[in-house]
Amino acid sequence: MRTLRTLPALFKLGLANAMAYRAELLIWIFTSTMPLILLPVWHAVAEEAPLRGFSQSRFTAYFLAGFIIRQMVGNWASWTINYEVRTGSLNRRLLRPIHPLWSYATESLASIPLRSALAFPIAVLLIALTGMSQLADSTLAWLIAPLAILGSWAIGFFAHVAIGALSLWIHQSIKVVDVWLAGFYVFSGYLIPVTLFPGWLRDLSWALPFPYMHGFPIDLVTGALTDAEALGMLGAQWAWVLVLGVVAVAMFQRGLRRYGAFGG
Amino acid sequence: MRVRAVGLKKHFRVSKREAGIAASIKALFSRRHETVRAVDGVSFSIRAGERVGFLGPNGAGKTTTLKMLCGLLYPTEGTVEVAGHVPQRRESAFLDQIMLVMGQKQQLVWDLPPADTFELNRAVYQVDRAQYEQTVGELVELLDLGDLISKPTRELSLGERMKCELVAALIHRPKVLFLDEPTIGLDVSTQVKVREFIRDYNERYGATLMLTSHYMDDVAALCPRVIVIDKGRLSYDGSLEELVRQVRPEKRLTLHLREEVGEDVLRGLGALVERTRGEVVFQIPQDQLARTVSRALETLDVSDFTVEAAPLEEVMSELFAKSRADRAREDEEE
Repeated sequence: MRTLRTLPALFKLGLANAMAYRAELLIWIFTSTMPLILLPVWHAVAEEAPLRGFSQSRFTAYFLAGFIIRQMVGNWASWTINYEVRTGSLNRRLLRPIHPLWSYATESLASIPLRSALAFPIAVLLIALTGMSQLADSTLAWLIAPLAILGSWAIGFFAHVAIGALSLWIHQSIKVVDVWLAGFYVFSGYLIPVTLFPGWLRDLSWALPFPYMHGFPIDLVTGALTDAEALGMLGAQWAWVLVLGVVAVAMFQRGLRRYGAFGG
Repeated sequence: MRVRAVGLKKHFRVSKREAGIAASIKALFSRRHETVRAVDGVSFSIRAGERVGFLGPNGAGKTTTLKMLCGLLYPTEGTVEVAGHVPQRRESAFLDQIMLVMGQKQQLVWDLPPADTFELNRAVYQVDRAQYEQTVGELVELLDLGDLISKPTRELSLGERMKCELVAALIHRPKVLFLDEPTIGLDVSTQVKVREFIRDYNERYGATLMLTSHYMDDVAALCPRVIVIDKGRLSYDGSLEELVRQVRPEKRLTLHLREEVGEDVLRGLGALVERTRGEVVFQIPQDQLARTVSRALETLDVSDFTVEAAPLEEVMSELFAKSRADRAREDEEE
């Protein structure tokens, strides 16, 4: 109950902080423009004929939707945790009677409104360029889309928490983020839609959490999935959320026993 | 008992290597470790409402002990109980009753006004709105903060930030307050203000205080009892007065002279510690003090005199030197 009552205050503080760091946030948004850069490349590829069902307008929808979703699900908890463990500033969170993971989560979620404000014109552009033809026409798809986007955020968040918690065992866990990001760029559909992968790579990708963070929500809102496929993938996505959530919380809790609280 | 520690130990395993590139390369293949005994079997207890100074030289284990008492660190061995709870469990009922204020670290959000952190703490500690406004109003007035709480923290001076830290820490009226160097870096007048404020809080709410400080004025002004720790071990637990009496039983007698006199005359009175123009300072054993004062007044042209205990800084440095020598002897014997 206490946690529930505290969340709005944590969210409000996170929002105020996001506003204070709006310039940095804007720069971060520019670093996530890769889908927009790739769009003309794939457009050129599909100029003659559709590529495995991907026409030019489907590529447009895919990468614009990808950019919007990326704004909604960005995470940086691993950097924050790593820094706070090394400097001892984690102390201030540990002294409060609310689990630190709630404050990391609300800080991340609180930046979404600002990032969504930037994503909104892109969404309008998406509709203007592709009409409604490239968007899902299933009511179920739109009903579960918020859950799928939340699931995408949650996978990223728990992975970042687990990587951040590694800094309680090793001196610096931040390099592990690069490994995670490499996996994300290759397997999530961020650079190349998973559908275009060779069969074995596609199968491998879907066995990993990455496509559930990016490719799945895009496929869902661009109407690439049947209702049955969408529900199945949503189930798989939330199974990943559960697994990574358990791992992240356990690592963080176990790691606290080793916390040196140096400097702070 | 509000705070109890029994056989408390915290040992850290740290890697060690010499400086230089060769040592760096060598460390890649074989890393040397050593165990640092930051706290090594400390026991004490503190009653509700007590103000206790926790003293020791740098690296003595003071902050590590405080962190264990707050639940930030897990002890390697021993037991701790604070406000009826085991700190390491970090139960909400425990965290609601304690606070650690560190002079060099802050809980205020750097780019937001302190008022935002106060509001967050109100929600986190579930302080009702009326009590919150009353507490913040009182604290802001006592600490002369005025509109400063609405300026971004980064724009405040160190002293202003420290005062705001205290407000943030006390919004939920903690029953046990751990203060780690709360006046470090502050100017003298702010130090006095913060000291008065801490004493007032203790008296008003019956809060238990445990304070570490390198400023002996903080300790003298706030702590009737002191616990001294050195190299992780307890070397004294008792009243400050008794500590001074034990370590430095002599008193300081300062004489203000109207006329300069020869060194030989002065030496006849006792151990001469300091001599400046018109002023001489002697160190006199307690039992000879009355006789010495009387002789000085008879033989010298004294305009004024004062009798004081030795400065606390000197007492502490003598105590630390003695406890290190004892420890070295013990280690040799082992």
